[in-house]
Amino acid sequence: MLDLLWLIPILPFAGAVLNACLGGKPPKALVTIVNVGAPLLSLLLALGCLWEYGHGTTQVIERTYYAWTAGALPSLQIDAGFRLDQLSAIMLFVVTFVGFLIHVYSVGYMAHEEGYRRYFAYLNLFMAAMLLLILGSNYLIMFVGWEGVGLCSYLLIGFYYDQEFPPYAGKKAFIVNRVGDFAFLLGMFALIAHFKTLDYTRIFDAIQKQPSLVTGPTVAGITLASFVALCFFVGAMGKSAQIPLYVWLPDAMAGPTPVSALIHAATMVTAGVYMVVRTNVIYQLAPGVSQFVAVIGAVTAIFAATIGLAQTDIKKVLAYSTVSQLGYMFLAAGLGAYSAAIFHLGTHAFFKALLFLGSGSVIHAMGGEQDMRQMGGLRKALPQTFRTFVVGALAIAGIFPFAGFFSKDEILHAAAANGQWVLYAVGLITAALTAFYMFRAVFLTFWGKFRGTHEQEHHLHESPPSMTIPLWILAVGALTTGWLGLPGKSNWIHNFLAPVILHPAGLPEPAEHELSAIALGLIAFAVAVAAIWYAWTVYGKDNGLERGKEWATRSPVLHNLLVHKYYVDEIYDTVIVRPLALLSTFFWKGVDMLLIDGAIHTGAATTEVAGEVGRFSTTGNVRNYALYFFLGVLLLFLWLIY
Amino acid sequence: MTPAVPVSWYLLLAATLFAIGVVGALTRRNGISIFLSIELMLNAANLTLIAYSRMLDVHTGQLVVFFVLAVAAAEAAVGLALFIAVFRQRHTIDLNRINLMRW
Repeated sequence: MLDLLWLIPILPFAGAVLNACLGGKPPKALVTIVNVGAPLLSLLLALGCLWEYGHGTTQVIERTYYAWTAGALPSLQIDAGFRLDQLSAIMLFVVTFVGFLIHVYSVGYMAHEEGYRRYFAYLNLFMAAMLLLILGSNYLIMFVGWEGVGLCSYLLIGFYYDQEFPPYAGKKAFIVNRVGDFAFLLGMFALIAHFKTLDYTRIFDAIQKQPSLVTGPTVAGITLASFVALCFFVGAMGKSAQIPLYVWLPDAMAGPTPVSALIHAATMVTAGVYMVVRTNVIYQLAPGVSQFVAVIGAVTAIFAATIGLAQTDIKKVLAYSTVSQLGYMFLAAGLGAYSAAIFHLGTHAFFKALLFLGSGSVIHAMGGEQDMRQMGGLRKALPQTFRTFVVGALAIAGIFPFAGFFSKDEILHAAAANGQWVLYAVGLITAALTAFYMFRAVFLTFWGKFRGTHEQEHHLHESPPSMTIPLWILAVGALTTGWLGLPGKSNWIHNFLAPVILHPAGLPEPAEHELSAIALGLIAFAVAVAAIWYAWTVYGKDNGLERGKEWATRSPVLHNLLVHKYYVDEIYDTVIVRPLALLSTFFWKGVDMLLIDGAIHTGAATTEVAGEVGRFSTTGNVRNYALYFFLGVLLLFLWLIY
Repeated sequence: MTPAVPVSWYLLLAATLFAIGVVGALTRRNGISIFLSIELMLNAANLTLIAYSRMLDVHTGQLVVFFVLAVAAAEAAVGLALFIAVFRQRHTIDLNRINLMRW
């Protein structure tokens, strides 16, 4: 089974290609079979591989398929190969499992949409790229997948290309990600320059044995470790939507909702976290950068959570909540709690996918309406969506015994154990904000009276089974995945990931936590419950919307700031976009049209004028030509004499 | 045996003939007249060739003259045929009026 590892990303890719090759207008059933079947086969294959991996003794499965630099550049070793270790195993499970469920959900969600086939082609292509990113055995393969998921993200955000906003949002996502990708490339170049390879095993083994390989040499005034760590983190900022490159993610909600669930919540945006954890040995040797990662993560977490408080679009709330939760993951990674980061990544994939799919079910029932001010009282019309959505909300709010409680607690515990009390406080406040805005969304959507149009009320219906069954499966995941990381010695996920978290020689082994996990857990739990209760007192009654408005306008300046997302988009527009556009206009009108086109036009005009004048010598009279000929001979004669 | 006539005389005659040919070719408008002038120039050249051939006692020059004569005859045949064709079309062989190829 492990020999078929290469098939896992190839299958969805084949699905996408097959989809593109189906001639004419294939029936929907055929598209469904091909494009849901491919991820299903991938999932089954992945489960088989994981089963065999779990029962084998080998820690790291490496398969090299093609050594393309072997002949031409023997000094540079970058092979096309896959690697399955504890880290990629967890990612593999999350991506194939959640990915498959979202494919199933999409069958119901996209049933009445235009572009059903195109949608599934993109979605399969995304799965292929994401699996490539996870399974690659070196940074280059990861980068290929990294760019592939970026492309699919762009294509799917701009899926409704006939509207004005989605293509704009797609371009924004693509361009903002370019900034991060550039740094990622720089980091890879630095590694190539010093190690002549991008292979994880080779680089990490070398560093682990001899940390001075990266702490010794300096690049741009900082150690190689810091340089690479910083570059990679900037790459992760773009992909995983951290300050200052988070601005594309909220706009990415312009895509279909299952896409938001799969790409912009559960899998793609966590690629940055995966990359940082994968590179943990370098981050451990760059404590300054690690601290920076933690601070950026914490600031992003609380920043996005506060914006989430004032959003009225249900998907925007979830989008800012995703940015915020990704901040938590980076906070954990920066603190050196890599297993906690991956743990939260996994639980988040379940409950955030669940929440997004739940919101998709609501939007589906509301006939495309996303504004929570038009909703209300939906728990009667959408009982299954309601129940599963609440499970997701409890999980993200960190209520015992749901998954978010354990993973978030792990991160807060790491902050406290490291003595980073400021970061701990930020994390705790963010947890309270998270619980508040999530239940604000729950109460506004499912409680109170229906506030939409009469037509919408008539249209309300529970979603088909292809949508509700994935919701229930994800709800079970949102409840149970947290149990994989019970605090204490028997933390399964921590022990499982231990071999991937390397310890560079010379660095002290991390000390065992002495803090009481139970006490910290109780504090977080109490904070979350209090926040939910407060959300209930404001938004929980029949007239929740009005009461909420009244409550919010008690501090109009702050409310205005939050509604406008701190004016970050406007600031970027003024500081970066407009000057760039101005510069581009200068190069277009000034350099290109005036200088380059001008030079060409001048040359052409000169030739034309010369032709206009010169044509008069062609009289058509043979006698004139005879005269020219004679004069020419005369000149030749004179030249011969003198 | 000394030549009765010095070579320079032949050359002078050839130069005179050539000059007449050039002036004729450049000034005449009638196609046939120009044609005759060209023949005059060719034969001026032939005369120099023969004169030098005789002076240097090398017979190659005389051989070349035969070629020139043959080519001139062929050229005359083609040229006259062209003039007949032009005349049939335009009823003139005044070269000033045959300027279809002008700009």
